[in-house]
Amino acid sequence: MKIRKSKSRKVFLFLDYTILTILGLTCLLPLIHILAMSLSSSGAVTRGEVGFWPVDFTLQSYKYVLNKKEFWTASLISVERVALGVAVNMILTVLAAYPLSREKWEFHGRSFYTWFFVITMLFSGGLIPTYLVVFNTGLINSIWSLILPGAVPIYNVILMMNFFRSTPKALEEAARMDGAGQFKVLWNIYIPLAKPSLATVLLFSFVGHWNDWFSGLLYMQKTENYPLQSYLRTIIIQQSLMSQNNAVDLKELANISDRTKNAAQIFIAMIPILIIYPLLQKHFAKGIIMGSVKE
Amino acid sequence: MSNAIRELRKQSKENEKRMRREMKLRPMNKKSAATILKQEWPYHLMLLVPVVLVLIFSYIPMAGIIIAFEEFDSFKGMFGSKWVGLKNYQYILMLPDTMQILYNTIYIAVWKILFNLIVPITVALLLNELRNRKFVRSVQTIIYLPHFISWVILAGVFIDILSPSNGIVNRLLNMVGIDSVFFLGDNKWFPGTMIATDVWKSFGYGTIVYLAALTGINPELYEAARIDGANRWRQTWHVTLPGMIPIIVLMTTLSLGNVLNAGFDQIYNLLSPTVYKSGDIIDTFVYRMGMIEQQYSISTAVSTFKSLVSFGLISLSYFLADRFAGYRIF
Repeated sequence: MKIRKSKSRKVFLFLDYTILTILGLTCLLPLIHILAMSLSSSGAVTRGEVGFWPVDFTLQSYKYVLNKKEFWTASLISVERVALGVAVNMILTVLAAYPLSREKWEFHGRSFYTWFFVITMLFSGGLIPTYLVVFNTGLINSIWSLILPGAVPIYNVILMMNFFRSTPKALEEAARMDGAGQFKVLWNIYIPLAKPSLATVLLFSFVGHWNDWFSGLLYMQKTENYPLQSYLRTIIIQQSLMSQNNAVDLKELANISDRTKNAAQIFIAMIPILIIYPLLQKHFAKGIIMGSVKE
Repeated sequence: MSNAIRELRKQSKENEKRMRREMKLRPMNKKSAATILKQEWPYHLMLLVPVVLVLIFSYIPMAGIIIAFEEFDSFKGMFGSKWVGLKNYQYILMLPDTMQILYNTIYIAVWKILFNLIVPITVALLLNELRNRKFVRSVQTIIYLPHFISWVILAGVFIDILSPSNGIVNRLLNMVGIDSVFFLGDNKWFPGTMIATDVWKSFGYGTIVYLAALTGINPELYEAARIDGANRWRQTWHVTLPGMIPIIVLMTTLSLGNVLNAGFDQIYNLLSPTVYKSGDIIDTFVYRMGMIEQQYSISTAVSTFKSLVSFGLISLSYFLADRFAGYRIF
């Protein structure tokens, strides 16, 4: 179907394409610039020659980063933390969401438990009381301090609960007739049906754990125990912001040549997100809409 | 969208009626406590671990706000330190920076809320007008991406590109004859930079809800408008916008809860002492007071104030969202 477009419509469409292209570029170009710097010689970066394409192409800064023991240690802690954290998150999300998805007459404690969880979304004890609790449980410096305080992600629980609720009951009733118990019904009927939502929740949990830098900073007393994001914070941001404020400081000169190395570390830390991004994109739109527009 | 919501409401009402009918048919209400326990114990068992963890890591800290009214002594602990009533609040009100910090927080947060509503709505409308699927899909892919990158990494990116000595942004400004701007080190620029970079990170992701609302508009409405002789602008005005009103109202009311949330993750990673005057917010103050200066009681007094006000605002926003948009969190 071809409809003749009026002149004002054509102007509008032209503007529309232009604005969206510019917006897309503003989102992408900063990241491309960092990538280009990480692949350039530090001389070219210092002289301000690098734009969106590497100048004096070299892998020097990547070599430097990959030979740095601290960077590997921090990365390994992050990987360990993501593996453990995502597993714990998923198990607890399902275990909490399933009972809450039952009808009131099937599970009399439902309202009470739902409020019990939702209240934590509305009110929190704040930084220091939480810190003191973690401190008193003896988790400080242990990897579990990065996992247990956020082990039950309430938002994901609500998402899963809404999904379980929208699952047709016929299958479950059939299984019940055959004498299956609650755990069997959950494991054999609901989990297989919930795969798409489980994928959404899993990806959210993965991104959350990979990106979290604050718990590391808070609960790890030694930098050797930092996960990657907390480690990057100390080496990139603290140094740069410090040197920014004494512009004449000689340190700045040293820092400038660090720019390519910083760029390389920034880019490496982004890689896991970039890898799972296509998967994420397939799922999160659905997840958000499920989570935000409910009956 | 309004149709969809009305439809959903109708459905849920019908469901409710049906359920009531079913409940009358089955004598469920008369289950004895023993049968209930016998049938429902697996649910309690499933909830056991989640409940214990939430109790320890969310509810005990909630009780721990008591240290806001104590003179915290690490040997006596959260519940054994000396009670001082509102003394910590008196001390905070005497601090010279308190009002400035409150002002900074609200200023940055409110502008973020406004732009994070306006920009995504506009971009969703712009995307909705285009029929080139490939282009639309690519733009979406690109603008959603920043949402998934942590503020630590993005702070690294922004510190570099906004650097006054040879960051690329200032190099470009110099090229067109503008003097370098100290985006992260000048009190005149810092709040604006925070607002702009935050919108940069989240506007794309924000469009998702509005795009969903737009696809939910009944195409017959456009058909009818066209038959009545409405051009594109009039169609947007009379069909698209009214169709989006419910979701806009909903998102606006829900964002009310963020008035004291200026964005710790972002600001803490970009803040330096030279811009404390314009950029120090409640959350960064709480962190500094608590973790750096070890003034646990003062820090908690401030965070408790924030928690209480936020609790009020969120409750109000949920109440309004339920009233005007039929929204329930569960």
